[in-house]
Amino acid sequence: MFSGLNLSVAHGETLVLLGRSGSGKTTILKLINRLLEPSQGTILIAGRPGSDWDPIQLRRGIGYVIQDVGLFPHWTVERNVAVVPRLENWTEDRVQQRVGEMMDLVGLPHGEFAKRRPAELSGGQKQRVGVARALAADPPILLMDEPFGALDPVTRADLQREFRALASRLQKTIVFVTHDVREALFLGTRIALLEQGRLVGIYTPAAFLKASEPEVRAFAVSLGSGSGEDEAM
Amino acid sequence: MNWYEFMLRNRSEVMERTIEHIGLVGAAMAIALVIGLPLGIALVQRRTTRRWVLGAANIVQTIPSLALFGFLIPVPWIGGVGASTAIVALALYALLPILHNTCTGIAEVNPAVVESARGMGMTPRQVLWQVQLPLAAPVMLSGIRVATVISIGVTTIAAAIGAGGLGVFIFRGVAMVNNQVILAGAIPAALLALVADLGLGLLQRSIKNR
Repeated sequence: MFSGLNLSVAHGETLVLLGRSGSGKTTILKLINRLLEPSQGTILIAGRPGSDWDPIQLRRGIGYVIQDVGLFPHWTVERNVAVVPRLENWTEDRVQQRVGEMMDLVGLPHGEFAKRRPAELSGGQKQRVGVARALAADPPILLMDEPFGALDPVTRADLQREFRALASRLQKTIVFVTHDVREALFLGTRIALLEQGRLVGIYTPAAFLKASEPEVRAFAVSLGSGSGEDEAM
Repeated sequence: MNWYEFMLRNRSEVMERTIEHIGLVGAAMAIALVIGLPLGIALVQRRTTRRWVLGAANIVQTIPSLALFGFLIPVPWIGGVGASTAIVALALYALLPILHNTCTGIAEVNPAVVESARGMGMTPRQVLWQVQLPLAAPVMLSGIRVATVISIGVTTIAAAIGAGGLGVFIFRGVAMVNNQVILAGAIPAALLALVADLGLGLLQRSIKNR
């Protein structure tokens, strides 16, 4: 699937994996939290090979947000957010306190939303709960698979802005998958461009816009008519 | 004398046969659940085995009930004339809807939900108990509901092999060409089926809204 893929993500940075569908972005995320196992090669997490980690413990230390959200539909918002702390056997007081903090963090008033079911939330609210759930046990690493892809443009822009602020404040190591160049440029500390399992290159947002590789140009052109590119930053 | 008077006059035997009937259905359902639920859960991941097992259960389902009772009589251990043979046959009938709905109920849980449960660090057991089973419960319960109603109906035929139950009145009434006797078995059996269907239907709705 992948050839000569060598990627590293630094603490506190947001690495965006950018590529078309089928380029292998999601597969990379699942290799990191071991939902998939590599047939060859190694993935180091905090310096230790992924295969050394107990997959369950590893996943509890990695927040995971996916496009379809995957909230547990039979549980309230509160219980969804509390899932990893409960799995980790936190005391009930601490769980409750943490749920309150997380809901504040993602801008969902506890009183209004705690007892709702996912079916009673809008797309944007569901995704906020998804982010709160991923952050609840304070994992050092966050994997996000097109989390804002299914939202309407206005809600998406709101969440992107809030998420960027959150990311710089929380100093998590984030791997963020998207096929949207604007999102990549807006959120990424660095952007890794993938094309059919091959890493085209890793760029800072500024370098991405100046890069001359045809694969990068193809994406940059999709930003709109040529002269607008620099303003897009 | 209408059927109602007949039932009143014979109420102690009607009562006794009804309890017998419920006992047969209850025993058969208990066996079918104890086998069907764990087997259904185990088959979710094993697609080929699942096809074979569901195929076999399907074949059992197509055997006419009277024939199935007949087939089982000569089988050693479980066979012979009486309640135990009937219970085995009834359990075999109840197995298909329970197995089928357990498998499909779990398989139809939104894959994104299961994936995020795994991604959150739930163990396979936690994914099963906290996510898959609660979400599959309404579908599983509808299988149990169908199985119960079928069992109540088929149990009337179990009287033919000496298992007792409300079918005793029906066969006796047919032999005597006496409608009142037939109805003394048929009406309580129909009521049992309706009550079971209604009760399980309410239970199903209540867990769906949970």
